[in-house]
Amino acid sequence: MSANAFIKVTDLKKHYNGGEVKALDGVNCEINKGEVVVIIGPSGSGKSTFLRSLNLLEIPTNGEIIFNGTDITAPKTNINKHRQKMGMVFQHFNLFPNMTVLKNMTSAPVTILKKSKEEAEKKALELLERVGLKDRADAYPSQLSGGQKQRVAIVRALCMEPDVMLFDEPTSALDPEMVGEVLDVMKELAAEGMTMVVVTHEMGFAREVATRVIFMDEGIIQEDGTPEEIFDNPKCERLKSFLGKIL
Amino acid sequence: MKSLELWFLEMKDVFILCFVDDNRWEWLLEGFINSIIITVLAIVIGLFFGIVLAAIRSSYDKNEESLKLRGGVGFVLLKALNGIAKVYITVIRGIPVVVQLMLWYFVILVSQDNDILVAIVAFGFNSAAYVAEIFRGGIMSIDNGQFEAGRSLGFNYVQTMIYIVLPQTIKATLPTLLNEIIALLKETSVAGYVGIMDLTKAGDLIRGRTFEAFMPLIAVAIIYLVTVIVLTKVFSIIERRLRKNER
Repeated sequence: MSANAFIKVTDLKKHYNGGEVKALDGVNCEINKGEVVVIIGPSGSGKSTFLRSLNLLEIPTNGEIIFNGTDITAPKTNINKHRQKMGMVFQHFNLFPNMTVLKNMTSAPVTILKKSKEEAEKKALELLERVGLKDRADAYPSQLSGGQKQRVAIVRALCMEPDVMLFDEPTSALDPEMVGEVLDVMKELAAEGMTMVVVTHEMGFAREVATRVIFMDEGIIQEDGTPEEIFDNPKCERLKSFLGKIL
Repeated sequence: MKSLELWFLEMKDVFILCFVDDNRWEWLLEGFINSIIITVLAIVIGLFFGIVLAAIRSSYDKNEESLKLRGGVGFVLLKALNGIAKVYITVIRGIPVVVQLMLWYFVILVSQDNDILVAIVAFGFNSAAYVAEIFRGGIMSIDNGQFEAGRSLGFNYVQTMIYIVLPQTIKATLPTLLNEIIALLKETSVAGYVGIMDLTKAGDLIRGRTFEAFMPLIAVAIIYLVTVIVLTKVFSIIERRLRKNER
């Protein structure tokens, strides 16, 4: 890991109720360009909180996040600028129900990046084509299946041409038969070299696609290594018992 | 049979006396137009300020915790605005609209001689308090994921409100808003207290001039009723059109 990591997290803490609840309790971590980092851990371990802190959807109580050379936790930083470069995909899709698929994808580029409508739609349709949903461009989210919704959510984030994609349990709300189609899109994205941070319970995905796996528990990173190290040679007891329960 | 015929003839005479003689129907028309002008412009004021108040109140409620963490001028300002909004809503909702109208007419805007304008201001700022609470409820009912999706795409807070949350809020609150508009239309019937010739006042004038109570008051009642029925119809068409998008 280099001194100028793409994302550098130092002593990140998130406490609730004046320190009574410690969702994050001092996370240190570096993520480089092109890495696919999968975060695993039991529920309540702080992995989602950590991911959501990376684009300040959760405001940390302490610590520093350097993204692309800027400390985004500094109060004077314009977080909106940096969020444009960090795409996020949510467990519950969070598509805008009052907009068509196409409008979902173009509203941010048109409003924020001041792209022309034609340009934004062209890009959106290209992306939709890639995920096999071009024919659903004029549909509303309620007309889509869960897997389709999540694929739209992924390409909606991609329309902003982000430098990193954050996935917060992207397949947890899906019916089992739809998990594959979403993971396929994510695999393709990883193969193209997109920097990705993924919180997931899909261990198969972690093993196959991740360049690095982070195991979190009790608000800190317990173990950090390659998929082989984590899954085949777990060191800490917590990870061993976690893997024992899920594999 | 004979008596029914007599009754009809009598009613016809009363009708002519009330509406045809001296062109008294014109009073009703003038009163009706004034009632509509006051209602429409008051609802415009009410919607505008109501949405602003609701945005302030719900922004504070939703972000109190994270704003406190980030601190700074924004938090102090929003807290002050929230306080003002709360006091405003409490005061307006605690005073009968007819008292407010008289305060505007005889005290605050005593130098203003456009009576209709005074009524528009009085009813508008009264309605704003109610619209604010309707919208606040609407905004709070929108899933937080919608805010997060907007923010994660790079929309700033105000843009997220304008482009993503408010359109959904308006749709969700349409039936309640219609209620407020209907209530406002009927509330304008107290405008006669400050000598404004609204629909109710017109009916009352005819009653005073002709010593006939039944005919003019029933006419006024029917005009209100028909107006409300038309309004309801228009709103249900709008609502259906908006809903169609989603299915």
